[in-house]
Amino acid sequence: MPGKPTVAFYWCASCGGCEESVLDLAEGILDLVGMVDIRFWPVAMDFKRSDVEAMPERSLLASMINGAIRTSEQEEMARLLRRKSQLVIAYGACAQLGGIPGLGNQFGRDQILRLAYEDCPSVQNPDKVLPQPKTQDNGRTVTLPQLHQVVRTLAQVVPVDYSLPGCPPTPEMLQQAITRLLSGELPAKGSVLAPDIALCEQCPRKDSKPTDLRLEEFKRPHLTRLDPQKCLLAQGLVCMGPATRGGCEAACVRGNMPCSGCFGPTSRVKDQGAKMLSSLCSNIAASTEPDIERTLATIPDPLGTFYRYSLAGSLLRKRVGPWT
Amino acid sequence: MSQPTEKPSNGNLPAKWEPRIVAFFCNWCTYTAADLAGVSRMKHAHNVRIIRVMCSGRVDPQFVLEAFAKGADGVLIGGCHIGDCHYVEGNYKAIRRVQMLRRILRGMGIQDDRFRLEWISASEGEKVKLVINDMVAKLRALGPLGLPRRFQGWDRELAPLEQAVQAEAKEVGAHAG
Repeated sequence: MPGKPTVAFYWCASCGGCEESVLDLAEGILDLVGMVDIRFWPVAMDFKRSDVEAMPERSLLASMINGAIRTSEQEEMARLLRRKSQLVIAYGACAQLGGIPGLGNQFGRDQILRLAYEDCPSVQNPDKVLPQPKTQDNGRTVTLPQLHQVVRTLAQVVPVDYSLPGCPPTPEMLQQAITRLLSGELPAKGSVLAPDIALCEQCPRKDSKPTDLRLEEFKRPHLTRLDPQKCLLAQGLVCMGPATRGGCEAACVRGNMPCSGCFGPTSRVKDQGAKMLSSLCSNIAASTEPDIERTLATIPDPLGTFYRYSLAGSLLRKRVGPWT
Repeated sequence: MSQPTEKPSNGNLPAKWEPRIVAFFCNWCTYTAADLAGVSRMKHAHNVRIIRVMCSGRVDPQFVLEAFAKGADGVLIGGCHIGDCHYVEGNYKAIRRVQMLRRILRGMGIQDDRFRLEWISASEGEKVKLVINDMVAKLRALGPLGLPRRFQGWDRELAPLEQAVQAEAKEVGAHAG
């Protein structure tokens, strides 16, 4: 249909949850296709890469790209969609911050390949065959995308205009974003399309958050009977609310689970993990080195806790080695 | 403080590498101690850039990570001895954060000797000298961390496609023009 603005959806290193979130619009998806033409969406529609290549430059109003960038193919597609789009939107935590795939930056590429193709208990690979970018098979050359050394956020590969945070973003946020894009009243380039306040501000348990926390130990949600009304930090859980952007309507807290930080930091914070560490650790009760160590030991995986979604986009980006 | 004997390197592959330490010193104790060391004409290694903060409890872990990310080989935090904090408990906050931050740094492959917290009171000019000299010696043994150069190295894997895209864009531009 001529005249209607066109959009593309694409996925890179992601779980598919962001694609689900588009379907979570439910019948609202009919409103979406009423407003825009979807010209490319591999998970749901049969357009090919060649269709995108044939589009004139900047002919798409917007590309919503979810997932981190960790293979040469994902990098190519990100660059291709960048060229074909007026706006590129990092859709979801992985595209915005690296997300769960970004935790791969704690390891070296060879280490990851060895685990996945040799050491994993469910893998049988006696010849230790690893994926190769090029292989000869009966005189034909077969190619595979190359796994990059580093997992990247979308913005570390191509310029990104806006981000929609979340793991995944809520359908309401997608709807609002599309409406905003179509209205032409666009926020400043680089904006995150969500409120710029900490989640604690929107939390239904806000009133029970003490001004002075004195944490003796950190509890884990699956080992703790949780009070469904009281601030989770006050109950000794690592709730990322203080260092995480609001906009999710505190979905996890309403489900009696602590925030794990998927909306990323507010605009005033450069490194979400460091900010959360700062806020949480200064509030522990212990005051001697061994006691502090004992309290901190109740967080068994600090990188995976404080940087669950933001390692690839963090100040240090990736472990510098050595690899085992 | 002693004067630098040579110009600090600019971060782009220095011909002769010298360790660089970013030091956050609290206004009330360690900064005053560094001042005392200077007034007393004590000589210590020149590899340290001191940033005065009001309290060791003011040192946001982001400052430490950013210092490393921008090329520091080591980060040193200096504060008042426990019990002596001008703000009563700022240094307790500092030590709690430092202990957790150390675990994060280990996870990211940054050795313990690159990150140090010391309590140095206003009268301990000598300790400023000893700590800086000792840290510089340890950093020399470890060699450069050089995160900015590492970041560049990692991003070299993006270069081939970047160049291809630019070449193609030029070609499209030539046809259009």
